[in-house]
Amino acid sequence: MALLQIAEPGESTAPHQHRLAVGIDLGTTNSLVATVRSGLTVVLSDELGRSLLPSVVHYAADGGVEVGYGPQSRQSADPKNTIVSVKRFMGRGRNDIAHVESLPYDFVDAPGMVRLRTVAGVKSPVEVSADILKALRARAEGALGGELVGAVITVPAYFDDAQRQATKDAARLAGINVLRLLNEPTAAAIAYGLDNAAEGVYAVYDLGGGTFDISILRLSKGVFEVLAAGGDSALGGDDFDHRIFCWVIEQAKLRPLSSGDARLLLTRAREAKEYLTCHSEAPITARLSTGEMVDLTLTTAIFNEITQTLVAKTIQPIKKALRDAGLSPTEVKGVVMVGGATRMPQIQRAVGEYFRQEPLTNLDPDKVVALGAATQANLLAGNRAAGDDWLLLDVIPLSLGLETMGGLVEKVIPRNSTIPAARAQEFTTFRDGQTAMAIHVVQGERELVGDCRSLARFELRGIPPMVAGAARIRVTFQVDADGLLSVAAREQTSGVEASVTVKPSYGLSDDEIAGMLKDSLAHAKDDAFRRALKEAQVEAQRLIEAVQAAIHGDGELLSDEERRRVDSAIVNLQAAALGENRRQITLAMDDLEAETKDFAARRMDKSIRRAFAGRTVDEVEKATGGGGKA
Amino acid sequence: MAITLTEKAAKHVANYIARRGKGIGLRLGVRTSGCSGMAYKLEFADAAAPDDVSFESHGVTVLIDPKSLPYLEGTELDYAREGLNEGFKFNNPNVKDQCGCGESFNV
Repeated sequence: MALLQIAEPGESTAPHQHRLAVGIDLGTTNSLVATVRSGLTVVLSDELGRSLLPSVVHYAADGGVEVGYGPQSRQSADPKNTIVSVKRFMGRGRNDIAHVESLPYDFVDAPGMVRLRTVAGVKSPVEVSADILKALRARAEGALGGELVGAVITVPAYFDDAQRQATKDAARLAGINVLRLLNEPTAAAIAYGLDNAAEGVYAVYDLGGGTFDISILRLSKGVFEVLAAGGDSALGGDDFDHRIFCWVIEQAKLRPLSSGDARLLLTRAREAKEYLTCHSEAPITARLSTGEMVDLTLTTAIFNEITQTLVAKTIQPIKKALRDAGLSPTEVKGVVMVGGATRMPQIQRAVGEYFRQEPLTNLDPDKVVALGAATQANLLAGNRAAGDDWLLLDVIPLSLGLETMGGLVEKVIPRNSTIPAARAQEFTTFRDGQTAMAIHVVQGERELVGDCRSLARFELRGIPPMVAGAARIRVTFQVDADGLLSVAAREQTSGVEASVTVKPSYGLSDDEIAGMLKDSLAHAKDDAFRRALKEAQVEAQRLIEAVQAAIHGDGELLSDEERRRVDSAIVNLQAAALGENRRQITLAMDDLEAETKDFAARRMDKSIRRAFAGRTVDEVEKATGGGGKA
Repeated sequence: MAITLTEKAAKHVANYIARRGKGIGLRLGVRTSGCSGMAYKLEFADAAAPDDVSFESHGVTVLIDPKSLPYLEGTELDYAREGLNEGFKFNNPNVKDQCGCGESFNV
């Protein structure tokens, strides 16, 4: 018979009605699946009681697919067909992947996302991820004794549209209904029950094997909001192993090592690191293939000293994230530790010192994200009492905006806005009689389009011809709860519309996001200057066009001498506008304006005369001053 | 006749209650529902109702409402593991037949 779980008072479900839902932490190195059972959130283990599933997939020539520990232990035997860390390829083009040459895979550069050629055929990262998800799904259905209603899958907070979409596609391919994609730090906060805690600001410090992420969350009125996110995509527990490894080589004065010896020493380094978590010194012994013996003792003091700079490197992004959120360290109410590397005492100490409080470490840092996802999945599947639900809000990692004249970016939704979000802004036409407008959607923090990432382009056609600046085009940006963007443009007077759902063909890499953020700070002054220059150039162009249009219409009002001077002022301005000197452009514009002042006045007179043509001045005065008796 | 828990079941219940942080015991019951007429109710108990019948087994308090009792007399609650799955199992002598999955039954 079926095995039952204990329900909360009054919440027993009808037979066959309990909705099985799980939370999945689809990680770069390891994946986990968790669920809520008898009121407790637990990670589901395999037959051997192992909770982690290595995110490693092996494809065999006969079409066989194997996921987990088996392929992980044999990855060096068949590196080309054993896919490791596929998460780094999700939603990425070939050019987005760091150190692509050093990877053992046979990449096929397909439009949108890279593909990997294996003996079982060409596989996209989505398919590989789907195979990992299928293994987790089989584990979950075996453990829960029924079909899954759905799953909450976690993604890094900095994942862009393409990467989120790819994750969703992988789940669909694995036959899993995605209840929601959830940001990893938010999941960790939920696991600690911070959603039930008092309101306040929390920090999530996530130091994984190869990446570091810091997120600042705010809980207010039951709403979780990610205020800021940052990190370092090339910093993790592996770097600590490497420091020990280098120390060993230095101490033992070893010559360059064979790859086998290097791997052996790296393993010993990792073991020593883990041993130091609860001991004050760790022995490192190894016999190398050259016959040399390594016999050293690593003390906590030395370990702290050689990894000091790594620890310090995690504090910098925290400072930046707090600055983004406009907060000081003392305003943070709690710090959640995620990732196996946060077990290191010196990390906990450094974080504790920075925030001046003990970080939360009582949950297993490897499991905390999956546990939080499971809690959220249980809620979304409807297994909780009514009125007990809360809403989660996430943020967009980089600003979304439009290209305007002169290659400038107008930000419509600023970075760190909470999603779902919708913002509208009005734009207008630049030229008289303009009937179409190209809309170019970009993502990034820089002021110029060329420095940002292009997401999509579309055109709004059928704008009724009007003078420049008269059309009112309302552009609406909408980002849904999963972080996917759609953009719509509508000309207000005629009602013509056009829209696009952004499924960017290429994602941004973590490095690029980090790089773009860094650039935006480093170049803030530079950008402001270039923006001002561009604006001056655009303004100059507009003035030249206006004067030329006026000459074309009323050129006879100028004497030859005046005409010559105006023309020369135009040429001057054109030359200045091509240069980089904003002051020169402004001066040339002032000149042209001065030269055309009389001309403008004469044109004004002329149009007034035209309006009152055939009437004497007396008549006009009577008409305007005489109370309308004419 | 009493309602009992196997030692294994009692250990798991005590463990769940401890980690849940509150609760005075376990509430069992039956409801009319499901494909074979009746379904079990298995919940944490935070408070006893005035007419509840209470049993004690391996240190765990089991509460049952008097209407459910006749259907559950003599039941032993066990904790079982089947493959990857694990959970509670009703060994109920009153059951005449049950649906394939065993989530609902008939007396």
